[in-house]
Amino acid sequence: MAHVTEPGGGAPGRADGELEVRVAQWRAHVGRSPAVSPGDVDELESHLRDQLDDLRAAGLTDDEAFLVAVRRLGAVDALSAEYAREHGDRLWKQLVLAPPGAGAGRRRLRRAVLLAVGAALAVQVLRLLGGTLGEVVVAGLAPVVTLPFLAALVGAGREDGERLGARWLVVTAPFVAGAALVLLPPWAEGSSTQVLVALHLPVVLWAAVGYALVGGRWRSPSARMDVVRATGEWVVYYALIALGGGVLVGATVLLLAPLGDDVVEQVLLWLVPSGAAGAVVVAAWLVEAKQSVVENMAPVLTAVFTPLFAVVLTASATVYALTGLAADFDRDLLLGFDLLLLVVLGLVLYALSAQRPDRRPGATDVVQLVAVVAALVLDALVLVALLGRVGDLGLTPNRVAALGLNGVLLVDLLVAAALAAGFLVGRVRADRLARWQTSYLPVLVAWAALVVLVLPPVFGYR
Amino acid sequence: MRIDKDLVAASASPLVLGLLAEGETYGYALLQRVREVSRGELEWADGMLYPLLHRLERQGWVVAEWRTPPGERRRKYYAITDGGRAALVEQRRQWGAVVRALEGAWPAAASPAAGGPALGTA
Repeated sequence: MAHVTEPGGGAPGRADGELEVRVAQWRAHVGRSPAVSPGDVDELESHLRDQLDDLRAAGLTDDEAFLVAVRRLGAVDALSAEYAREHGDRLWKQLVLAPPGAGAGRRRLRRAVLLAVGAALAVQVLRLLGGTLGEVVVAGLAPVVTLPFLAALVGAGREDGERLGARWLVVTAPFVAGAALVLLPPWAEGSSTQVLVALHLPVVLWAAVGYALVGGRWRSPSARMDVVRATGEWVVYYALIALGGGVLVGATVLLLAPLGDDVVEQVLLWLVPSGAAGAVVVAAWLVEAKQSVVENMAPVLTAVFTPLFAVVLTASATVYALTGLAADFDRDLLLGFDLLLLVVLGLVLYALSAQRPDRRPGATDVVQLVAVVAALVLDALVLVALLGRVGDLGLTPNRVAALGLNGVLLVDLLVAAALAAGFLVGRVRADRLARWQTSYLPVLVAWAALVVLVLPPVFGYR
Repeated sequence: MRIDKDLVAASASPLVLGLLAEGETYGYALLQRVREVSRGELEWADGMLYPLLHRLERQGWVVAEWRTPPGERRRKYYAITDGGRAALVEQRRQWGAVVRALEGAWPAAASPAAGGPALGTA
């Protein structure tokens, strides 16, 4: 996993740290103008890297080559002005909601609506046909039938025109395999591995959607960071839609109450699952179409919530470290802990995705380090308690899944804490933190895939 | 010799179209060719090429596509369209008329060695 290619996707570029930082700074600087789209910055970057390679081949040092190459591209202000002349429409991106005069934009919207309706219908078909399959199978299949619509939205007709082509097979495979792994095994009555599959499968499917989103460039750290960013924004939009949906459902119940409970129940059975599935697609469309709206929210949201989570985590870590965890440690509590840890990880990732690579350490970094260290302590406590239970009561599917997840998180948090501390004292560059997290993402996905694939047969589908 | 900024700007799009007519290529390689054919006398800030290419694309004279050839970095390739070829023919005609007019107006004896003839072929 340590081997990664550069954002430009080229073989010749190496991880020459210093130069990479300067290229990243330059990218951020050029990309700041609304007239210069991310695709344009990519194009300029590939030019810059070609120039750098030539200059270095001619015997210039990295420093000299960078200065000459940037100078040859032209002053950033003049460059943005030139882009603005050709792409004046982009300057309005942040002022008006609908992309102006965009036939392409309207086509995307139509696609998004069709796909959202498709997802909504798919979920209903699953609900109507799935009655005989049992609750867990239906829950496991729900992402399998809805997320393909999301993958179709983010993977096709991409702005940069790069087609996925045969790589659609890579996107599709997890869905087919997922459906088979949920439906086919001879699940035991009340099987806990079945529940684990339903819980872990969405992570694998999400990775497939991310793969489609970045056009298959999953090896590139910047592409993986794009997936993180898109996921964070998707969560924000989904939460907003869910809030509105909740109000809608509440109003519907009030309005229909006189007609009797049966009517209300039927309406809700159609409204709620379909709305939830359709919103998956609509939120993704919003991420793409209204990018600049939420773009500015990531720093604000993380600035508000990271300190709050830091407080909660520190308090619970202190309490549990003093009182011990073993006494009232049960499955629900474990689930709560793991959720909390995942949220912290998500916050850290989301914060990193919004940060510029050349920033200096500040108060937010201290808060983030506190949150990570508290999460680390909690995770270690959970692991100790889990190991204790395994020692007393033996291995069960749930304990293996929990042990694995907490182990994977422990490694992630340990390195993240070490890097964050190093960054605070000025020994580690900011981009190392982001790079660690993006290179660790496949490990999380691999663990989820392992639980889905290996755990059920090992435990005899119990 | 430094060529006047307005002349550089005016010649940029026929020059780029002419070079793209040789075959599809990407920005960096295109600029190398510009240096070659102008013997280094046409100096652009490299970055300015891209808004120009985007304009040609909007006019339907070139088409662009991101591609990653095996073993190379990901680049945006530009190719000339039929419309672009037609535009190139028209621009050549206009430039030819300008060059002929200038040659008619300037006595041959006063003409400097370089510069003039190169325009006729651009």
